[in-house]
Amino acid sequence: MRWLKRNLVVLAGLLTLGYLIVPNIVVLVFSFNKPAGRFNYSWQEFSTDAWTDPCGVADMCGSLALSLQIALWATIGATVLGAMIAFALVRYRFRARGTINSLIFLPMAMPEVVMAASLLTLFLNLGVQLGFWTILIAHTMFCLSFVVVAVKARVMSMDPRLEEAARDLYAGPFQTFWRVTLPIAAPGIAAGAMLAFALSFDDFIITNFNSGSTVTFPMFVWGSAQRGTPVQINVIGTAMFVIAVLVVVAGQAISNRRQKSALPK
Amino acid sequence: MTLTDAPPAPPSPPAPVVRRIPSRRRLVPYLLLLPGILWLLVFFALPLLYQASTSVQTGSLEEGYEVTWHFATYWEALAEYWPQFLRSLLYAGTATALCLLLGYPLAYLIAFKAGRWRNLLLVLVIAPFFTSFLIRTLAWKTILADAGPVVDLLNALHVLDVTSWLGLTSGERVLATPLAVVTGLTYNFLPFMILPLYTSLERIDPRLHEAAGDLYASPATVFRKVTFPLSMPGVVSGTLLTFIPASGDYVNAELLGSTDTRMIGNVIQSQFLRVLDYPTAAALSFILMAAVLVSVTVYIRRAGTEDLV
Repeated sequence: MRWLKRNLVVLAGLLTLGYLIVPNIVVLVFSFNKPAGRFNYSWQEFSTDAWTDPCGVADMCGSLALSLQIALWATIGATVLGAMIAFALVRYRFRARGTINSLIFLPMAMPEVVMAASLLTLFLNLGVQLGFWTILIAHTMFCLSFVVVAVKARVMSMDPRLEEAARDLYAGPFQTFWRVTLPIAAPGIAAGAMLAFALSFDDFIITNFNSGSTVTFPMFVWGSAQRGTPVQINVIGTAMFVIAVLVVVAGQAISNRRQKSALPK
Repeated sequence: MTLTDAPPAPPSPPAPVVRRIPSRRRLVPYLLLLPGILWLLVFFALPLLYQASTSVQTGSLEEGYEVTWHFATYWEALAEYWPQFLRSLLYAGTATALCLLLGYPLAYLIAFKAGRWRNLLLVLVIAPFFTSFLIRTLAWKTILADAGPVVDLLNALHVLDVTSWLGLTSGERVLATPLAVVTGLTYNFLPFMILPLYTSLERIDPRLHEAAGDLYASPATVFRKVTFPLSMPGVVSGTLLTFIPASGDYVNAELLGSTDTRMIGNVIQSQFLRVLDYPTAAALSFILMAAVLVSVTVYIRRAGTEDLV
């Protein structure tokens, strides 16, 4: 009883962790299912069919490729634009700072459906054809703020004396930026870019409003919830999970090694 | 924003990169800001104006719409859809409270008790994000399936009798009930609660706990008087990061709920994409935005932390 009392927090925390993890386990297990009907919701029998034929469903891998493509371009756009804003916000004084700050904060403080709907009214009023470009514009827009926040945090914690030192050693402005500022800010920029990629790749609500008849991967999953869920969806879900975990572990290992080699011998 | 009448920049400690060309120096921040801010103005701010104008238009799809300052659309929309509005705020509020209740112990565990497991636990909190949230939400259809293990267990424990009585479930089902929708909302937004909580808990000096203990505070008092107040910034940003997206969500209500659990997001989505009644849809979206902004502002004032950005 006393043990229970002392470890109550640990138990409650682990239960919450279970709540977070169980759906992923279900997705993994059901990627080996052989469903009886169109829907993959109840367990029938073990099968590796979906894993040996991941693109066996019409249009699914096409939508996946489209999602990756949009996520890549949206990440590049949002990271470049967002990093520039972050540098300006931290390093310079200028007018209308408050307005600009709230313009960056508001997209994060608004329900996604409001942004999605208002962007659609813009495109409808201007007669813009919905599709690849409207999705890309929308994704770049809502990823931008998150990149600004991530890069700003890193640039703010940067020691300005390092840049002064570079200039004292006769580095030009371009050289200072390229060889000192950028390498130090890189982890923040990388974090912002990864966040942008994840947000864009998994975005549903804004895409749902602004995609017209273009089908991204989340749109495909949404449609399949009505028409019948192929097992291949679970295969993709599980594979994405494994790849992302590997990327995180590899990133951790690299930064650990760097830290070790940076220590004075 | 005019570029010419910028005030002479006082020499700030982090000296600007372009130092030798003072005339150009003033322009640098504006050039850095211009593309991104322009993007946000055109694709975030301008659409809100278009939405405002759409909400006061009348007309039809065939004949086209015209701005007639028809504010009655707002009243009609509210009169027809107030149950969905109320439900959204209720579900989102409940999910936020549950996220806080469930997330706090885990954030506390990671911050103070995990030791060398800390990084692993953090990865496990973020890891679910890596699988598309729609696929994970569909997994709840399996977990909460009729006559599945979870529903059987809840039945055996007579939990479903209680929730039925409360109107959260109906009969021996969980799917297609408010309970399923709230479960899905809580699940989907839980990491947004845990991460800010963890960040603010992790900053607390553990010696403060020891000091409180040395002054004869019981563990409960230490939590109430020291830990929880110091974690307030995390609580505030966590609740905002949970409540705001949950209030506009329509995915959980659509996939796990029924027509009786439709939230305002579902209404806006179907008005915009299926019914094509743009003025009503725009009005609803505006009311949701106003409701969220007002409640967030009031909440931040009450919670007393204004430095969130």
